[in-house]
Amino acid sequence: MAEEAEVVLPATGEPILSLLAGFIQELRDAGLPVSLTENLDAMQAVRHIPIVDREAFKYALAATLVKNNAHWRAFETVFEVYFSLRGKEYAIGEEGVDPSDVDELDEFLDRMRESAEGLQGSGGAEAMTPEELAELLYRSLLEGNDALMRAVARQAVRRYAGMEPGRPVGGTYYLYRTLRNLDLDAVLERLMGQTREQVPDMSQLEERLERDEYEIRIDQLRKEIEAEIRRRLVADRGVEAMSKTLRKPLPEDIDFMHASREEMLTLRRAIYPLTRKLAVRLARKRRHGRKGPLDFRNTVRHSLSYGGVPAEPKFKYPRPSKPEIFVIADISGSVAAFARFTLHLVYAIGAQFSKVRSFVFIDGIDEVTRFFDGVDDIADAVHRVNTEADVVWVDGHSDYGHALEVFWSKWGKEVGPKTTVLVLGDARNNYHASQNWVLKEMRHRARHVYWLNPEPRSYWDTGDSIVGEYGIHCDGVFECRNLRQLEGFVDHLA
Amino acid sequence: MDYRFESVPEVREGLKKVDYLADEGIAGIVFLADRLQKPVLVEGPAGTGKTQLAKSVAEMSGARLIRLQCYEGLDESKALYEWNYKKQLLRIQAQRVSEGDGAKWLDIEEDIFGEDFLLTRPLLEAIRSEEPVVLLIDEVDRVEVETEALLLEVLSDYQVSVPELGTVAATQIPLVFLTSNNTRELSEALKRRCLYLHIDYPDLEREKEIVLTKVPDITENLADQIARIVRSIRQLELKKAPSVSETLDWARTLMLLGIENVDAEQATNTIQILLKYQSDIAKAVKEFASDGSTWKKGGAPARG
Repeated sequence: MAEEAEVVLPATGEPILSLLAGFIQELRDAGLPVSLTENLDAMQAVRHIPIVDREAFKYALAATLVKNNAHWRAFETVFEVYFSLRGKEYAIGEEGVDPSDVDELDEFLDRMRESAEGLQGSGGAEAMTPEELAELLYRSLLEGNDALMRAVARQAVRRYAGMEPGRPVGGTYYLYRTLRNLDLDAVLERLMGQTREQVPDMSQLEERLERDEYEIRIDQLRKEIEAEIRRRLVADRGVEAMSKTLRKPLPEDIDFMHASREEMLTLRRAIYPLTRKLAVRLARKRRHGRKGPLDFRNTVRHSLSYGGVPAEPKFKYPRPSKPEIFVIADISGSVAAFARFTLHLVYAIGAQFSKVRSFVFIDGIDEVTRFFDGVDDIADAVHRVNTEADVVWVDGHSDYGHALEVFWSKWGKEVGPKTTVLVLGDARNNYHASQNWVLKEMRHRARHVYWLNPEPRSYWDTGDSIVGEYGIHCDGVFECRNLRQLEGFVDHLA
Repeated sequence: MDYRFESVPEVREGLKKVDYLADEGIAGIVFLADRLQKPVLVEGPAGTGKTQLAKSVAEMSGARLIRLQCYEGLDESKALYEWNYKKQLLRIQAQRVSEGDGAKWLDIEEDIFGEDFLLTRPLLEAIRSEEPVVLLIDEVDRVEVETEALLLEVLSDYQVSVPELGTVAATQIPLVFLTSNNTRELSEALKRRCLYLHIDYPDLEREKEIVLTKVPDITENLADQIARIVRSIRQLELKKAPSVSETLDWARTLMLLGIENVDAEQATNTIQILLKYQSDIAKAVKEFASDGSTWKKGGAPARG
């Protein structure tokens, strides 16, 4: 197709192919695996769609470049940053005002002033009072008017975010400032109040549905505000700098110990499909490899019916050993998230083990197997572990030594040659005695003892971390900072 | 090279005519698949219309739909082709009877590995077909990783190699859809050859449209309520969120019961059509009626 004219971006006149090359580099930097053929496909694809249609352009790129739904968010972020200033309607005008927005606002402002006498203002959108802006915001949400909502979001960012060129502050700061001024919680209540007035006897269900609807609209507004802030930041600092700061780790690379609230949600959503895949994979592994080693005795016995010729080889039944798992997890603040995910994963593939028992500790230790018995919602059980288990002995600071000692005296006898023990924690012992003889004894009696540490390897044995002291008595100490590593370990375990 | 579709809106309109409401993304990717002559890998939660997309595209473009249902243990003889060995045996015997021992083995061999003795399976059939074809490879994640390799030649070059016959190349490029429920990670090689389309639960407007299209005689008001309730339920953390097909089942049930306006009690009594796990049902019921007066615990169905 070399004879076709080169495609250029209408807004800026940049040739699209060189632009794409940069975009793909950006995707790779964000951790997305983009192969050369996919790169070529993307370049083919954009020839067939109208470039001016931003949505179509985005889908065409996504279809050729992103082959995993979990990577969609990362793709979207890169896309927004990279192409945020490269569309006609997205270019920022001379004074940072978008003409189309102002028209939209003016029109609504006029209509509003006609209907509401109380508001005394004059002039265009630039001169409107904060009360008027708040009123417009309220109306846009009430009517679900997207265009107006976008205009309001832009106006709000211009007024309240206080963005100054070159100021080294992250987008979250501006977002916070804007939202504080808009007070969306109060707006939601006002919307609900309005609805209640209109429909006096709403049932619980209807009320709930209305609230959901408004919450979704408010969420959309928040996204508009975020997009606007991002757009202005990109205009200020340039694409390369912004895509670096906005880059988010893929779900499987999120660090358990430093996950933000939003990332935690992503992780929780990611864990369910992960466990399902893992369970299918492990079950298949077990089902194949059907045949055990040759059963010599049985083969000779059957050869008698063929006159002594071993025509029919017989095999021993495979006895896939299902390990018994003991999980001993530290659930003190810093590592709680890690313990939660590991427990979740281990129970989700519980069918692969003959028995799973779990213990959690901070400075005291408690068995929590009962929370998981006959429960089909693992997430709920894990939540109960975190709130109901009796794990504080003295002061609620991690004491591995005491916890291990108590474990050994109470349940040590139940550790047998089939047992695999997993200890989860960062081994930050607050300078208590390590009591690592427990692990030594345990290793004598158990099949395997593994230690999973959610800290990066370079932090081990620094400060009060004594993972090295415990590690010498374990069959393996593994770094488990993210889902990818955790999945790898569990796969190896079963 | 002539293409099947002129533009994205045309795809969208066409699909709408056969009662499939595509959003921008779906229509765009179907259009691209035709232009780039690449297969489409469709992923997404169960019951969002992945298989139906392939069927509807076939219906829209007037092409024949050839379907390969994947399962564990699928092999070459079920997916590509097989020699009809019974017929081959008969042929050999017939030769012997008619010509005595004089028949040359070479002739027979030449003969029995010919087209007459070839049983075509879906993939080869799609390649050899003269008329336009839509090939649907359903639930591709069910085959083992090794079996996936069977598909690669077909997907990238639209040809099948039969050792005894040589390479059979496609007379026309079929439009290929692969669906996956994502129970395992598909191989990189397969993904690389496909365009990727993720079909998620539809948004409120589209779901309402779907209900209106698929359930005859339903009122706009009821469809709206249904779509909104389902959307709210999907926002809960559930084991299995209600799919579009379950939404439609629910809508039909409400129609049969002659309900015009869903209230809390009717919703509870029929919620097991939407949700299939007891814990999910309990959660939804708890969530939507905290006072609990009109809701029966656990959402037990009222029978009889």
